[in-house]
Amino acid sequence: MRFRHILSETRAGLLQNLTMTLGVVMTMWVSLSLFGAGLLANQQVDLMKGRWYDKIEISIFLCTKDTRGDQCEPGQDATPAQKDAIRQTLEANPEVAAGGVYFETKEEAYAEFQRAYEGSPIQDSLTAEQMQESFRVKLKNPEQYQGVVSSVVGLEGVQKVQDLHQVLDPVFSALNLLQWATVGASALLLLASALQIGNTIRLATFARRREIGIMRLVGASNFYITVPFLLEAVISALGGIALACLTLAAGVYFWIIRGTRESIRFVAWIGWQQTGAAMLGIVVVGLILAIIPTLITTRRYLRV
Amino acid sequence: MIRFDHVTKTYDGQRRAALADIDVEIAKGEFVFLVGASGSGKSTFLRLILREQRPTKGRVFVAGRELNKLATWKVPAMRRQIGTVFQDFRLLPNKTVTENVAFALQVIGKPASTIKRVVPEVLELVGLNGKGSRLPEELSGGEQQRVAIARAFVNRPMILIADEPTGNLDPTTSVGIMKLLDRINRADTTVLMATHDSTIVDQMRKRVIELDDGLVVRDQSRGVYGYQ
Repeated sequence: MRFRHILSETRAGLLQNLTMTLGVVMTMWVSLSLFGAGLLANQQVDLMKGRWYDKIEISIFLCTKDTRGDQCEPGQDATPAQKDAIRQTLEANPEVAAGGVYFETKEEAYAEFQRAYEGSPIQDSLTAEQMQESFRVKLKNPEQYQGVVSSVVGLEGVQKVQDLHQVLDPVFSALNLLQWATVGASALLLLASALQIGNTIRLATFARRREIGIMRLVGASNFYITVPFLLEAVISALGGIALACLTLAAGVYFWIIRGTRESIRFVAWIGWQQTGAAMLGIVVVGLILAIIPTLITTRRYLRV
Repeated sequence: MIRFDHVTKTYDGQRRAALADIDVEIAKGEFVFLVGASGSGKSTFLRLILREQRPTKGRVFVAGRELNKLATWKVPAMRRQIGTVFQDFRLLPNKTVTENVAFALQVIGKPASTIKRVVPEVLELVGLNGKGSRLPEELSGGEQQRVAIARAFVNRPMILIADEPTGNLDPTTSVGIMKLLDRINRADTTVLMATHDSTIVDQMRKRVIELDDGLVVRDQSRGVYGYQ
């Protein structure tokens, strides 16, 4: 009986303030969509950085049967002796950090490839045997990479030397800008949503002051008086959350999965897993945004 | 049942106390009129009993419990023991008579079966059987006040507080309301009624507590409105 009465009070409240409820839903839809886009941009950056970006500066890819290079023997992988020579050269270099030489096997490279390109059309294009072994190098001073590069680039068995930061930093700059822009815009809109919810609840308490006054007089508990307002805020928020999740899913499907993932295949793109994580973030933030302003407003204006 | 122990209440920003060192005790089952001019402190007296205000000094006891020491979360339970009736009735205009009375039970979580049984009983007690489906605007002033009394009494409170219940009613209707309050009092409910209505006070000859500028100037059993 109590629960049914609370639900009927909530329903009456939502219908009474229908236009305001819709306003809250739409504001939350836009702000949470932007917030979700920021989360996705963040995950895209992480995906592109992969396993090594934060750990090392230089990648030295070794020859395989299928690769070509000035220091490669056609049809042959790099030999154990060549790998030892490369390792010793790196470890002896004073610019290399202590313990900063990592060796990645074909199997490890394959596992990382599978993880990064999961769901991509090229995921099944390579086998473990076709992957390149590599040395990953951490420098004492990332800017002093030239000496290390020049010491190994001519060694037998080395197919390519890549400075990871030089390749990826311009892309990350653009992505970081996108990320901060969406986060900044969404923060402002989320704040607007929180204030809007507070105002909506305040107006609702004013509109229902007669009922609330009687409820207080006859001894309704503080919880009983507050719960319908909480439910109204949460229901409005759930509407905004649902629309934001749909928008995010549609964006990822049409823009990433059917779009850039098909046309730009050499980059690891976000997929449904990352979208799911962003949606979870939207749900959590959306609910917090609904509950906290409501609790503050009811505490202040209901005099409970 | 109600005890004011050297109670003083001064509102913020006011120099004069709304109530000054009040020392009053009301026993269970009493019928007490609270009289005095506007601004004498009657409303403050009632608000302190309902814990809508706290005393600046002194202690207020209701049903043996000191209200100042009552935790905020326990206040609703305390208020369930007090029914309140106002001059302006304070009915919900979009609810019928039955719904208005049932509201007081619904919001404290009473089961539907209890509400269905108790509401018609109390409507009959106040003389409104057959009018359960009417809206407040379809009732006379006296009938609306009976609905308000029904709502205040439906939970069988120990105390009934009436703040000028006949203030908007004609003399004949007022008499009917007072008979109802008297009947409720005879069922062992303590009734405390603030009023300006000298006729009723003189007729009923109950205990009279008179306030003037926040002080108790008279506390007379079987009193009249003015000094005799």
